[in-house]
Amino acid sequence: MATHRHFEVSEVGDVTVVRLTDRKVVDEANIQELGKELFGLVEEEQRKNLLLNFAGVGFLSSSALGKLITLDKKVKAHGGKLKLSNIRPEIYEVFAITKLNKLFEIKDDEAEALAAFQS
Amino acid sequence: MAEESWTWSTTQVIPSESGAGKRILDEILQQLGSQDWGTRDIFGVHLAMEEALVNAIKHGNRCDASKSIQVVCRISPRRMFVEIRDEGQGFNPECVPDCTNPENLEIPSGRGVLLMRSFMSKVEYSGKGNCVVMIKERGEEDAA
Repeated sequence: MATHRHFEVSEVGDVTVVRLTDRKVVDEANIQELGKELFGLVEEEQRKNLLLNFAGVGFLSSSALGKLITLDKKVKAHGGKLKLSNIRPEIYEVFAITKLNKLFEIKDDEAEALAAFQS
Repeated sequence: MAEESWTWSTTQVIPSESGAGKRILDEILQQLGSQDWGTRDIFGVHLAMEEALVNAIKHGNRCDASKSIQVVCRISPRRMFVEIRDEGQGFNPECVPDCTNPENLEIPSGRGVLLMRSFMSKVEYSGKGNCVVMIKERGEEDAA
């Protein structure tokens, strides 16, 4: 399994839970690297269903949103689903302002998101 | 703005490199904190400035190491002023597609200006569009 600098990975059934570990997702070089690692989960490791847990994230920029949009497209292209969880209120506001809360399925916590994969 | 009693100000020139704005941004956020600005306001200033600096470095100066960015910032207990000027060709912010339009939702870029406008009290581009001025009025819930 590949080593990841920007998140921890675990398996729950057929869902890959990705816990982001960077408190600030803002540096351009780090965002590029994060994107590459996330895309690798889908394109190289062939993982279909991804749950991104944002509990560790206190700040992110629009460049990071761009990576999430591209990830969503890649997941869908591979026949999988992407869900997000544990987003802090101030970060959720960023999703709401950009209307990306309509593009992504966002759940309060991991348990709720995992249950949604089964429905 | 002449009537405002600024308690802190700085003018700095930074290079067009990714992450070059971190030092001045950290300084500004620290100043806001020391002047008892609230966490929501500081989050908004942080996000707007990150977006503006990335725009200046990446889109304005196109990461050209021979070009630099001037940042002017003034802070008072109730208001913050920041001007970020790059050496690029400028742009017309009105020409940025509406990223909240359903047909544009999946486009991975073009959200920076919207976030700047949302989190700051006033955002204006001047000159040929290579200089952005942002003003943040301290939120009422955080006012002393």
